[in-house]
Amino acid sequence: MATRTARELTPAPPVLTARAVRRAFGPTTVLAGVDLDIAGGEVVALLGGSGSGKSTLLRILAGLDREATGETTVHGTAAVVFQEHRLLPWKRVAHNVALGLSGPDVAGRVDRALAEVGLADRQRAWPAELSGGQAQRVAVARALVRAPDLLLLDEPFGALDALTRLRMQGLLRRLRAEHGFAALLVTHDVEEALLLADRALVLDGGVIAEELPVPLGPTRTPDDPAFGALRRRLLDRLGVPTP
Amino acid sequence: MSGTVLAEAPERAARPAPVRPGRRYRPGGRWRRAASPVLLVAVWEAAARSGVLSPEKLPAPSAVLATGWRLARDGTLATHLLDSLTRAGLGLLIGGGLALLLGAVAGLLRLGDDLVDPPVQMARMLPHLGLVPLLIIWVGIGESLKISLVALGAFFPIYFNTYAGIRDIDERLVEAARTCGLGLLARLRHVVLPGALPALFLGLRLAIGAAWLSLVVGEQVNAQTGIGFLMMEAREFSQTDVVVLGLVVYALLGLLSDLALRVAERRTLTWRRGLRAS
Ligand SMILES: Nc1ncnc2c1ncn2[C@@H]1O[C@H](COP(=O)(O)OP(=O)(O)O)[C@@H](O)[C@H]1O
Ligand SMILES: [Mg+2]
Repeated sequence: MATRTARELTPAPPVLTARAVRRAFGPTTVLAGVDLDIAGGEVVALLGGSGSGKSTLLRILAGLDREATGETTVHGTAAVVFQEHRLLPWKRVAHNVALGLSGPDVAGRVDRALAEVGLADRQRAWPAELSGGQAQRVAVARALVRAPDLLLLDEPFGALDALTRLRMQGLLRRLRAEHGFAALLVTHDVEEALLLADRALVLDGGVIAEELPVPLGPTRTPDDPAFGALRRRLLDRLGVPTP
Repeated sequence: MSGTVLAEAPERAARPAPVRPGRRYRPGGRWRRAASPVLLVAVWEAAARSGVLSPEKLPAPSAVLATGWRLARDGTLATHLLDSLTRAGLGLLIGGGLALLLGAVAGLLRLGDDLVDPPVQMARMLPHLGLVPLLIIWVGIGESLKISLVALGAFFPIYFNTYAGIRDIDERLVEAARTCGLGLLARLRHVVLPGALPALFLGLRLAIGAAWLSLVVGEQVNAQTGIGFLMMEAREFSQTDVVVLGLVVYALLGLLSDLALRVAERRTLTWRRGLRAS
């Protein structure tokens, strides 16, 4: 709580700055000048209709798109979790997590990351032997083990069943509280955004069309009236009629 | 019936059936599948002994075995076998190596694809065994002819499977590897190579089959050594047992190489077993 208030008073230095990000595929402009700042330790949800360019923006921020224009800077390290787990099928779980790691005690770091997502006992498993939720937890561990300052998440729980999704949201909240990483969470789920984020953005027409602080404190439930009000506002902005 | 056996043997040696990696293991089925070949050999033996088959047309399996034992003891078989194996090995190495290189260039680089793939696609339409007259003009009738034929036969399956193996790799995995900080070489090693490996194995298996087939044809052109020479020489002296023995050796070579490759494949691609179990 204390750190939280301190952060609100003196904003942490940004971990990500993006200016005038543009991307077109042929004649269609998908991103028409996106500006975005994420402060250290801040979780930002990015909402938007299907095809609004959320994944395109995230790939640009992850440095995976060379044809985009504009300026993006990540201060520190970034790690990515995609909608699909994207584990290498020919590497056991532990080797997937260790992919590209260097420095001292790689095995120990991998151990701890897997323990944190509750999969300490699946080190030697092949990805194909895991359930969807387990595989996604390994993908989270693979990102976490890099001790990122910024986590880029592209609908990380979108392919999971509702129960698993709730558990994963809890896991992400816990990991964030422990490690204090900043995150950009792309989601199409308004409730997920309000449960996890400090701020919600709506991508529409190729720009950030709406920005909404989510001042809901650390313990959040959808039953909270403030939660309901925010949800209505976001759904409204996304063009979903609410009663 | 015995004619079937004769026709079957070189076919097997030349082109081992591409067995799918995912074939089910059936413990009881293995013995049942052994029954009909055993029966066939028994009928062949009985027909030869009773005189239904004349020994000039087709000697008994036991006679072929005895001949094999005789030639193995006096070292003749080993000498010719070694020469055949050397030709096959060299041809595979040259043709396969070149195919691997060009397949990787075409599979990995857009420019490589544009430059390399069209001519290879055109050349593929030529039946490589039909090139024998041209090859004789180019490299003569000596050892280079046999090795060139094997190399040509091995080239295409390895080229196409290398190319396809690389192209079929999920681009999203490569992307994930990039976000994990893997550079170009590390991505080749951790993503591209293991991803293309199943296809490479398939290519190698087909290439070995093509290599034996090329050898069978190549060794019938002015060879002084080799299993093919042994057979051609035996034909002149009407030693049918040696001719059949040659076929058996070719068949065994095909069988053994296929078996060895399958063991290597199973050891290397353990992760696919997990894939099948799920
Ligand atoms: N590689 C590509 N080539 C052409 N069009 C693309 C490509 N990637 C994305 N698009 C287009 O860009 C738009 C935004 O896609 P995307 O960022 O995936 O949307 P979102 O993640 O918000 O659903 C879509 O209209 C999609 O068709
Ligand atoms: Mg998307």
